[in-house]
Amino acid sequence: MRNQQSTQLLFELSRAGRRAHRLGDLDVPSVNVDDLFTAESLAETPPPLPELAEGDVVRHFVCLSTLNMSVDTHFYPLGSCTMKYNPKRNERIASLPGFLNVHPLQHESGLQGLLELLYELQGMFAEISGLPGVSMQPAAGAHGELAALLVAAAYFREQGSDRSVVLTADSAHGTNPASAQMAGFKTKTVKSNANGLVDLEDLKAKLDDKTAVFMLTNPNTLGLFDSQIEEINQLVHDAGALIYLDGANMNAILGITRPGDFGADLMHYNPHKTFSGPHGGGGPGAGPICVRDFLAKYLPGPIVTRVENENATSDDDRYTYHLTSPSGDSIGRVRSFFGNTGVLVRAYIYLRTYGGDGLRHVSEDAVLGANYLLSKVKHFLDVPHGNRCMHEFVASASRLKKEKHLSAMDIAKRILDYGFHAPTVYFPLVVDEAVMVEPTETESKQTLDAFVEALFRITEEGEELIHDAPHSTRISRPDDVTAARRPVLKWTDAAGESAT
Amino acid sequence: MSYLFHTDEDRREMLKSIGAESIDEIINDQVPEAVRLKRPLNLPPACNELALTAEMTRLAARNASADSHVCFLGGGAYDHFIPAAVDEIASRGEYYTSYTPYQAEVSQGNLQVMFEYETLVTQLTGLGVSNASLYDGGSAATEAVLMALSMQRGRNKVITTDVVHPQYRDILVAYLKNIDAELVVVPSDENGHSKPMIDAIDDKTACVLIQHPNFVGQLESVSEIAAAAKEAGALTIQVFDPVSLGRLKRPGDMGVDIAIAEGQSLGNPLAYGGPYLGIMACRDELVRRLPGRIAGQTTDRRGKRCWVLTLQTREQHIRREKATSNICSNQTLLALRATVHLSLLGPEGLKETADHCIAKTAYAKEVIAKSERFEVVGEGPSLKEFVVRDLGADVAGLLAHAREQGLLAGIDMTPMCVGGSEASEPAVALPSRYEQCFLVAVTEKRSRVEIDRWANVLCEAPSMATV
Repeated sequence: MRNQQSTQLLFELSRAGRRAHRLGDLDVPSVNVDDLFTAESLAETPPPLPELAEGDVVRHFVCLSTLNMSVDTHFYPLGSCTMKYNPKRNERIASLPGFLNVHPLQHESGLQGLLELLYELQGMFAEISGLPGVSMQPAAGAHGELAALLVAAAYFREQGSDRSVVLTADSAHGTNPASAQMAGFKTKTVKSNANGLVDLEDLKAKLDDKTAVFMLTNPNTLGLFDSQIEEINQLVHDAGALIYLDGANMNAILGITRPGDFGADLMHYNPHKTFSGPHGGGGPGAGPICVRDFLAKYLPGPIVTRVENENATSDDDRYTYHLTSPSGDSIGRVRSFFGNTGVLVRAYIYLRTYGGDGLRHVSEDAVLGANYLLSKVKHFLDVPHGNRCMHEFVASASRLKKEKHLSAMDIAKRILDYGFHAPTVYFPLVVDEAVMVEPTETESKQTLDAFVEALFRITEEGEELIHDAPHSTRISRPDDVTAARRPVLKWTDAAGESAT
Repeated sequence: MSYLFHTDEDRREMLKSIGAESIDEIINDQVPEAVRLKRPLNLPPACNELALTAEMTRLAARNASADSHVCFLGGGAYDHFIPAAVDEIASRGEYYTSYTPYQAEVSQGNLQVMFEYETLVTQLTGLGVSNASLYDGGSAATEAVLMALSMQRGRNKVITTDVVHPQYRDILVAYLKNIDAELVVVPSDENGHSKPMIDAIDDKTACVLIQHPNFVGQLESVSEIAAAAKEAGALTIQVFDPVSLGRLKRPGDMGVDIAIAEGQSLGNPLAYGGPYLGIMACRDELVRRLPGRIAGQTTDRRGKRCWVLTLQTREQHIRREKATSNICSNQTLLALRATVHLSLLGPEGLKETADHCIAKTAYAKEVIAKSERFEVVGEGPSLKEFVVRDLGADVAGLLAHAREQGLLAGIDMTPMCVGGSEASEPAVALPSRYEQCFLVAVTEKRSRVEIDRWANVLCEAPSMATV
């Protein structure tokens, strides 16, 4: 009973003369645009956009939505991505006009409610990280990495230091070396040891007076908390470098340990992972960063500050909140306006919902869920790095590949037929045929059991069935190679003419 | 508690399977004693949905919004109308709670939307190829500059002018500080036009960055500047306003190589500055240097047309330090909103929106100019934004007075001018001729009644100086 027109493109549904949105008559004198503007500046016709009725548009996009898996509909054991439940109250509250319809260049006198929220949130981020300086401007985790590295660069520049190298772990997210490159640093890779932790000998060999920052993910992308953290802290700081913490895995350690307490000088959060912001099909996220006090003056801004009112008559005017623009030592701005405020408001609601104790329970249950899955999965899939993990673990399909020609990708594709999103595969790069599983705290034991059962069944299934999987989805195994070799990146009409 | 699932019984069974006595045992096995937090986090106590909703509603009500006030603010974010269908579609959980479409088979909805978005952006801009979105207009402008620098080896000069959005220039300054690039900010002429930049273009110039219409609402000579850049072997990057393209020539039709925009105007709420939508399109030849995700068309194993993320060898998760950019997450949900919005508008709706902006802006200019206190700054027509000088030299007081009357009447430009509190360095400042001026935006949403009231309130405001 699928609507067969549902996957036609907007452009194929278009009919000349159809129209959804109309403004109607002007209530001011109309002007002759052709007289007012020079011919040089005017287009002869408006852009060739599709022409549709409102009913067309709504049915089209609603039908398309049903071709997506989502957290609202499916379990996403997607390692490194923390696909937890996205609370509905966050959406409703963030949509209040006093948050949603506020202009970014409004005067701060009309923003006291929002600025109070953002000020409190800065403080919560500082408390959870153990790092007092906070900027909420970066728009995503990778953007936070870049901003923090620019902060580090500004710090070293003021020191008169020519430290120009950033060390990243071989198990790190690809954003780490890419961010370092964009911030103007050269990158060197530090190896992982046989246990999946930082290879201390390799770290020692690569640390020198040119090292600016060591970018660490802890717990790392194998889901392991690096038990050598005190030694790493010592080594890096003795070498005069800073430690950056990739906060992608914060969901494992909330209220358990704090980056600032284990040696990090700078870090970012991913509120769209850890603090329940929805992923939106790939964004928006946010990437607030926290730094040690001596780095705070370099932070991008604006940031929120407050002044106590001596003559306050109620709680509402106890403080006046101010936006403090970047100036002097600050690196300036990394995006326009304040930041991804909507994502930050959701994070605030989430943090208020749990409170401090509740937040620790979040991480405890995330760790419990991952270890429970690990205890089941290790009976039929190799897990190269240990019996225990934090909030996620990485299995390997390497043996299955040799014995049954089943790759990590095959498993990922086949599990879709069982009604689960695939785990992350082929990451981190340090594990052959990696299958990376992160259940989060918002999945029940029943769901985890069903997932394990499905995974196990797949390892017992026939090769052919799996190689052609998925079978139940509208499409199966798209041709990625042709897509990249002969890119078709936009619709063109039947005559083959470009849409433009 | 809140969104957690496990009962005590569940936890016992799970621990048994793990072979651990407690969750603490699992954690303490890995996290060294010395670095463990030995006290609860100092956060406000847990709050239930009912109480939190009430508290947040009170907090939200303390903000002036485009609902409680009449909004004449612009400067890169605009109070345009958003049809209900945009909100309805974007609030479907299948869209907003889904992940990046790496698993194409279960993400065809998002992938097709991305492909449609890319096509719409190419139709809008007249350029050959678009990515699937970047963070916002400001950072997209800088990404475009980095893209141009990476393509133009041996050229390290970036030329822009002092009427490009000050915050966009601020981002550029921050990003360029640690790499081998020289930023040249050429002063605009007395009318706020950027043509003088042409003389600064030389054989070391990698790209020129212009905004059209620019920050002060003036139209630029885009074709002429682009032609001069091309002759010198430099690329032209234009910041455009999507709504303006209902009437103005498209970037691709004026010789522009990379076009970028803030896509907030296309169906996205003001949201105090974010999340917004960075639009970026470029000529076909530049596609391999384009940052961000791209969706492309292909076929599946049964020959069915479908969509996938493609050209991923540009991206950080494959290429690491050799990637075109570090960008990972983008703004898919906002790109969805823009896609729905443009589908609802179509060519005639976009044109009508631009026409209404033009007519209402012309009317606002006319009524404000009737007062001797005010002077419209700059010649020529406006799309939806213009500058007003307060000859009473009290813009801050004037705008505060208007706020008390329920009007967000304009943006004070004085702090953005040379030496002002928001001009962190000369490269970021507006020319001093905009001191005691304010920037006004009039969208299709503003009614004649609202515009008349705006003019009346401003004209009747007390002034510090005698006019």
